[in-house]
Amino acid sequence: MVETGLEFAVDAHRGGFHLQVEGKFAAAWTVIFGPSGAGKSTLLRLLAGLNDGNRVRMALNGRVLSDSARGFAVRPGKRQTGLVAQQPSLFPHLTVAENVGYGLEVMDRIGRARGVEEMLALVGAAELAGRRPQNLSGGQAQRVALARALAPAPMLLLLDEPFSALDGAASDALLDRLQKWASANGVQAVMATHDATDALALGAEVLLLKEGRKIAQGPASEVLADERERLRNRLDG
Amino acid sequence: MDWQAFLLTLKLATATTAILLAVCIPLAAWLVLGRARWLAVIEAAATLPLVLPPTVLGFFLLVLLGPRTAVGRGIAALIGHPLAFSFDGLVVGSVIYSLPFALQPLVAGFSAVPANLLDAARLLGASPARIVKTVLVPLAKQSLIVAVVLSFLHTVGEFGVVLMLGGDIPGATRTLSILLYNQVENFDYAAAMRTAGLLIVFSLAALVLIYSRSRPGLRAGASVRPQGERNRG
Repeated sequence: MVETGLEFAVDAHRGGFHLQVEGKFAAAWTVIFGPSGAGKSTLLRLLAGLNDGNRVRMALNGRVLSDSARGFAVRPGKRQTGLVAQQPSLFPHLTVAENVGYGLEVMDRIGRARGVEEMLALVGAAELAGRRPQNLSGGQAQRVALARALAPAPMLLLLDEPFSALDGAASDALLDRLQKWASANGVQAVMATHDATDALALGAEVLLLKEGRKIAQGPASEVLADERERLRNRLDG
Repeated sequence: MDWQAFLLTLKLATATTAILLAVCIPLAAWLVLGRARWLAVIEAAATLPLVLPPTVLGFFLLVLLGPRTAVGRGIAALIGHPLAFSFDGLVVGSVIYSLPFALQPLVAGFSAVPANLLDAARLLGASPARIVKTVLVPLAKQSLIVAVVLSFLHTVGEFGVVLMLGGDIPGATRTLSILLYNQVENFDYAAAMRTAGLLIVFSLAALVLIYSRSRPGLRAGASVRPQGERNRG
């Protein structure tokens, strides 16, 4: 096991789909790239500890979080791992502020309020604090879901196409702010996307996934060279 | 009107409902959140009173809680009197008899809470108890109301278990349904009509309360749209 970063090996079956992939993510920002149905979301859920009954071995910064061979798995809430899915999954009966503060139960009221305020400001949603999730747009809900995942200060942040409801400029601005925050706080991020522009713009390490198998891993400029060429041709043509 | 029987019935229904809520909320959460296959056995056992004739259940409880069994003797030694033919015994019988009427609505309500919300709570470090308190119960409020009303009404109308386990002791085990039985047996149809009328009005009022709350457009928060479907951006 590597001492820093994320190391994992998963072997999971879902219906007729078989995901079998190993990897080591040492970079601060890694992109899992692949078409729909490649297994990106399943992989992120496994890393978050949400899918039981599969063979998973995983360690974060040298700390073993899952080892199904030994019947060992740290509970999802004890992994210092945040997951932001495409569907925001906000608690509909709580306000935005209460949603963001949900993971800050151990803090006192003042600390929780400060944490909520900071996270909402970071994602550009400070003015939404008193609203209910059903009164948010898709993009606003995704911002709040991100703030909620960041609030407990995770060591690993898993992002599953988290900005799909935001327009390009808003998505870029938020991603830029998020990258700076993650870098400043020593948070490792793994983002799943099927959008090559996202992966290339981030300049991150890329794991290319297809039909449940790892096809390649390396710098975005190398792994996604074909995708970059395709995009360039499309723009030129 | 025998107000003593009326008040005793209300007392029995209130105590039974309170105990059932305390037992069934964690039990329903366990059945919904748990993954072990043998939980199906627990659910089946908890549903058994629904299909058993009340007299059969009452008979078994009478034997179990009576002085012939170690359980019955142990309880009698603990509380100072046998449970059979006492108000406490009626509460125990009513809790067991009405268990499915509290449990099933709660299981249905908890099962309807989207799994992604439970995953979100787990990821944010919530313990199972906190998930029940902060996610399952608030989002299954309607089922909670149904469970309360059904448990209460089912206990109010209970006859077979009460008769077998409690007999007919005024002020201790004579509930409205036993009173009604006595009145009919004594050919006092006018009094029986009043008792039966009271039971019908009471039950109907409670059911109207449930159905008026569950009608589309009247239920608070019933028309919650999926998040983020209003617009994009």
